Amino acid sequence: MFEAIFLQFLNGLDKGSAYALIALGLTLVFGTLGVVNFAHGALFMLGAFCAVLFRQLITLETVTLDPTQLSPWGAPLEVREPLVQSWFGDFGAVLVNYSVPFSILLTIPVMLVIGILFERGIIKHFYKRPHAEQILVTFGLAIVAQEIIKSIFGANPIPQPMPEEARGAADIGVWLGMQANVITYPIWRLVYFLFAGVIIGGVFAFLQFTTFGMVVRAGMADRETVGLLGINIDRRFTIMFGLAAVVAGIAGVMYTPLLPPNYHMGMDFLVLSFVVVVVGGMGSLPGAVAAGFLLGILQSFASMTQVKAIVPGIDQVIIYLVAVVILLVRPRGLMGRRGVMEA
Amino acid sequence: MLAMPRKDVVLFLGFAAVVLAMPIWLQPFGAAYPDLLNRFAIFAIFAVGFNILFGLTGYLSFGHAAFFGVGSYAAVWSFKLLSMDALPALVFAIVVSGLFALAIGFLSLRRSGIYFSILTLAFAQMSYNLAYSVFTPITNGETGLQLSLNDSRVLDRMFSEPGPGLPSPTLLGTPLSGYVAFYFCAFFLIATFFIAQRVTGSPFGMMLKGIKSNQTRMNYTGVNTRPYTLAAFVISGMYAGLAGALLAITDPLAGAERMQWTASGEVVLMTILGGAGTLVGPVIGAWLIKYFENIFSAINDGILTQFWGFLPDGAQHTAVLISSKFVGEGWFLTLGLVFVLIVVFLPGGVMEGVRRIAALFRPNKPTPASAGTTASKPHPAE
Repeated sequence: MFEAIFLQFLNGLDKGSAYALIALGLTLVFGTLGVVNFAHGALFMLGAFCAVLFRQLITLETVTLDPTQLSPWGAPLEVREPLVQSWFGDFGAVLVNYSVPFSILLTIPVMLVIGILFERGIIKHFYKRPHAEQILVTFGLAIVAQEIIKSIFGANPIPQPMPEEARGAADIGVWLGMQANVITYPIWRLVYFLFAGVIIGGVFAFLQFTTFGMVVRAGMADRETVGLLGINIDRRFTIMFGLAAVVAGIAGVMYTPLLPPNYHMGMDFLVLSFVVVVVGGMGSLPGAVAAGFLLGILQSFASMTQVKAIVPGIDQVIIYLVAVVILLVRPRGLMGRRGVMEA
Repeated sequence: MLAMPRKDVVLFLGFAAVVLAMPIWLQPFGAAYPDLLNRFAIFAIFAVGFNILFGLTGYLSFGHAAFFGVGSYAAVWSFKLLSMDALPALVFAIVVSGLFALAIGFLSLRRSGIYFSILTLAFAQMSYNLAYSVFTPITNGETGLQLSLNDSRVLDRMFSEPGPGLPSPTLLGTPLSGYVAFYFCAFFLIATFFIAQRVTGSPFGMMLKGIKSNQTRMNYTGVNTRPYTLAAFVISGMYAGLAGALLAITDPLAGAERMQWTASGEVVLMTILGGAGTLVGPVIGAWLIKYFENIFSAINDGILTQFWGFLPDGAQHTAVLISSKFVGEGWFLTLGLVFVLIVVFLPGGVMEGVRRIAALFRPNKPTPASAGTTASKPHPAE
């Protein structure tokens, strides 16, 4: 029994990591700019498609017909050679194998630019406007982003292979002194969890230990005073929006081997991430992360057959149910600050 | 009717005339066929109802499609169990969706602003997920709820033997198809518009507007706002249920995808596009979206090639390639772009555009803020 529970706990971690990462970005944007960003899921999706694009670029091939070799039915054999391999040799092969992690290098600048364009182009006009209008305009942007991706990459999910070394399962039970094959866990999920931990830790460290982060935190507490001290807080908040976009984007990149990206994955995750943010408490970064993992793990427990036998369909609604209960009994969410979006 | 101000009577009669004459004046636009006209009427009802909650009371619900879906299911069940007549189906659908809205509203309205939006979204997603899984005996899951030959139809069996094929919905014996169905829907659109007009003008409507402009102050004046918001929520849920039922009457099947949150988003788009807080705006928004959805989805590369025919070959090819991304399958891209532009530049929607243009022609006379011009004011209830 203990093994089963522990396994479900582990299973919840990877989904929880994705929720936590998206919710972290959402909260960053809300905490700094005070904007409710319905387009954040679209940023997650755009990140995932950066990985798709990267893989399509590095697997471009040259096709030559080799007249000396014939296929069984007499036509000249096509020889396909990936360009990267012919240019870089072995390194090219490594690049193709590790395309998902490598595409982070492409994703970071792309998402930073997209994020900053979003903020400067549209969202900055909405600071003073009601939250309802912020929701509406970002909702519209999300539709636009989603449809552009659909028209470029098509409507079908595009599977992304994970690196060969990460394809198996890790025998975690052995590490904990149990017998072999009691608790096994796919390596890539473990990688995703660790990766999420690093990113979340990085964001917190950035906010906590750098001067830039200090100014941003001060701005979150009292934007006007920071502005009066002669600091260009707007520019920093713009950069924070870009950073939130990058976090969402690379979260999407690393998630691609677990879920083949399709154009509506952003919306699917967005609804859940909003629930996560609200459960954690609007504007609270630790709350968002904690609630992300909590809901991921709860969802995984709810999908156990034993649980489903007691309450049928609970796996479908558990997250929303928790959100409803928390919102009704604890209006500020788990760790919400007093006075933030309280109504 | 007699107690209505003259302006309202004119607006109502004009609206009724426009709706009833739709098969005529939509002829030149190629939209005057019953199937599309039905959708015009049905989604206009949906949007008018949504506007009572969002435009008048200032609560942005992101889960209204749930009531729409529940209305559809209820209507189809009434067809299956009671009778193929449309009236019991409508009554049943309105009652069920009203009760459903009462339950959800009772919980959701304890919060306002973004939390309210998230709560309604959560409830709608729950209904959607459950309709696909646990409630399959009621909803028939992914297949959707359909009529079948061995339905009981208690009332119909009392009067006549079942015919050989699947029956279709009727109104007191008259089959509801073609223009009969449209005028049936149009009757309800006019009736619900009239109710919405009365609600807006009534003391109750004034309360709702007060809640929208400053709920805290309403509370401090000693008004308990909860019953008012709940009433608005239930009314608008019943509108959605009625619209859902009408959709099931014109085409007797119901699927869970009608409850998905994208469907909730669509009614928000309609209301904003037309002008939230105005009476006519949501109707115009619903018509525009349904019309262009129909037109744009039908355009293909052949039509585009013809359209860009005056350009030289290379340019023509490029123009077709680019514009094809915005039509057909890509119609939602156009919708998204238009929507973003509207929210950015014209938050009051089409109605505000009309007002601004009208103001251009009357430069000296500042237009007095009429009942429905509160759309662009901030919503302190958020």
